[in-house]
Amino acid sequence: MSIDIETARKVAHLARIRVEEDRLPALAQEFNDILGFIEQLNEVDVEGIEPMTSVTPMRLKRRADVVTDGDQQEKILKNAPDAREGFFAVPKVVE
Amino acid sequence: MLDHLAYEAPAPKVIAGAKEDWELVIGMEVHAQVASKAKLFSGASTQFGAEPNSNVAFVDAAMPGMLPVINEFCVEQAVRTGLGLKAEINLTSAFDRKNYFYPDLPQGYQISQLYHPIVGEGEIIVDMGPGVARKVRVERIHLEQDAGKSIHDMDPNKSFVDLNRTGVALMEIVSRPDIRGPEEAAAYVTKLRQILRYLGTCDGNMQEGSMRADVNVSVCRPGQYEKYMETQDFGHLGTRCEIKNMNSMRFIQMAIDVEARRQIAILEDGGEIVQETRLYDADKNETRSMRSKEEAHDYRYFPCPDLMPLEIEQGWVDDIAASLPELPDEKMARFVKDFGLSEYDAGVLTAEAENAAYFEQVAKGRDGKLAANWVINELFGRLKKEDHGITESPVSPAQLGSIIELISADTISGKIAKELFEIVYTEGGDPAQIVEERGMKQVTDTGAIEAAVDQIIADNPAQVEKAQANPKLAGWFVGQVMKATGGKANPKAVNQLVSRKLGL
Repeated sequence: MSIDIETARKVAHLARIRVEEDRLPALAQEFNDILGFIEQLNEVDVEGIEPMTSVTPMRLKRRADVVTDGDQQEKILKNAPDAREGFFAVPKVVE
Repeated sequence: MLDHLAYEAPAPKVIAGAKEDWELVIGMEVHAQVASKAKLFSGASTQFGAEPNSNVAFVDAAMPGMLPVINEFCVEQAVRTGLGLKAEINLTSAFDRKNYFYPDLPQGYQISQLYHPIVGEGEIIVDMGPGVARKVRVERIHLEQDAGKSIHDMDPNKSFVDLNRTGVALMEIVSRPDIRGPEEAAAYVTKLRQILRYLGTCDGNMQEGSMRADVNVSVCRPGQYEKYMETQDFGHLGTRCEIKNMNSMRFIQMAIDVEARRQIAILEDGGEIVQETRLYDADKNETRSMRSKEEAHDYRYFPCPDLMPLEIEQGWVDDIAASLPELPDEKMARFVKDFGLSEYDAGVLTAEAENAAYFEQVAKGRDGKLAANWVINELFGRLKKEDHGITESPVSPAQLGSIIELISADTISGKIAKELFEIVYTEGGDPAQIVEERGMKQVTDTGAIEAAVDQIIADNPAQVEKAQANPKLAGWFVGQVMKATGGKANPKAVNQLVSRKLGL
């Protein structure tokens, strides 16, 4: 797979990262280098082998259905640039 | 055990365009909120209507370093729902991140199950009337997080965000495109809601947003759908549009109709349908494109690195299966078979599990049809008048059962029974005792009835003449006798006596 400048611009936008126009070619090249490096893995034949998700035999930890958290409106809103009447206030987003 | 009564498939809805006929093809994605106390990955409450941002854990607010821990009860409810829809349960499933930015999604991604859902193929039989039903295939059910809520009308320049709903567990139930009309779509949601409520996995409260549907609509020429069913090749069907976030049965139907007509107009004009997400505007009765959603459609899914695959044991699934209640289809079939009810009555009585349980207590060991009539017509009618549910009924199943026994034993007439019901409803008490104390017993003593008939015939010679000329007028005498006996005379006996005495 090859990343062109257009793809790099799109990915940056989707990730909400501002990249100046003159930085895009280098960024695309870096992406390509990384993908090329990872593509070496394709040389290994993994046909019929289950994907390994962890190196330790761990089971997904579960929780009981009990309310143990919340009730901390002040703390939740503490870092908000703008909060009013218990809500986060953000620039108008309306469909 | 009978799974479902015999049925035939309904005809698909056909819309006549300006040039030709078109059929509808509809698939649905229903988001059903799991009836859990805490959220899917945090210990915050799911209580509806709380103070804004009070049911929020740091996990839900996506504070740095916070990690999700799955709520086992939510997993159990998804499995339970899958079993209720006769679906395959996947013992290994996994969570993925669906990436997009929106103010009510602080993580910047929704944890969902794209590649390995917990539940696979199932089915829902959608009842469209006695003997008519559509089998709709369910493709999958996966677990995912809900987003928060944005409010746009509290300030002219700002949107207000409440994260109370953020992270609440949803089951997304995805159907195949097997629904063939607006009414079927609404009936599908109704049936799904009924099953979820029987299972207890979702409260089905559409006003509070516990159930919301995305509706995929396309149109095709007659015959195309059959080709699709034969080959499962979507190439035979039209391009679909998705109408987002519907939570009213009425609007679902209106939106499908108006969207189908929009597509037909474009196609007949030689245009092409663009696959897109649309929003239904009920005020204008139109759908319109949600352009902002289009770009966000590049969700860049990848396995969530914070969560191990979800592995469950067959034994646990078997235990859940063993605890399933009798489901609507089976209950309805049993009511028809065991109590001799019509399919329609059985459908009404099984709509809610509480109603069905009440009816069974009334009908047990008594006349099933009579019990069904009384529960549906008298009790439901009376409760509805006061906007009460069955659980608020002042008449217990034992009391109503006793009234039915009095009717069956010919102790009281149907008319008196209604009066008795009203007394029991408003005052309470033992029906048999009330009948005894207030002298409501039916008069079956022909001697007494005969005397009353004779009296009325003697008093009304002109009416006698008319009735003899026109036997239909005999009803007037029956009415007079009933009045004279305070409604307690056995109507059958009165009828016979009046006919005989008038020489009809």
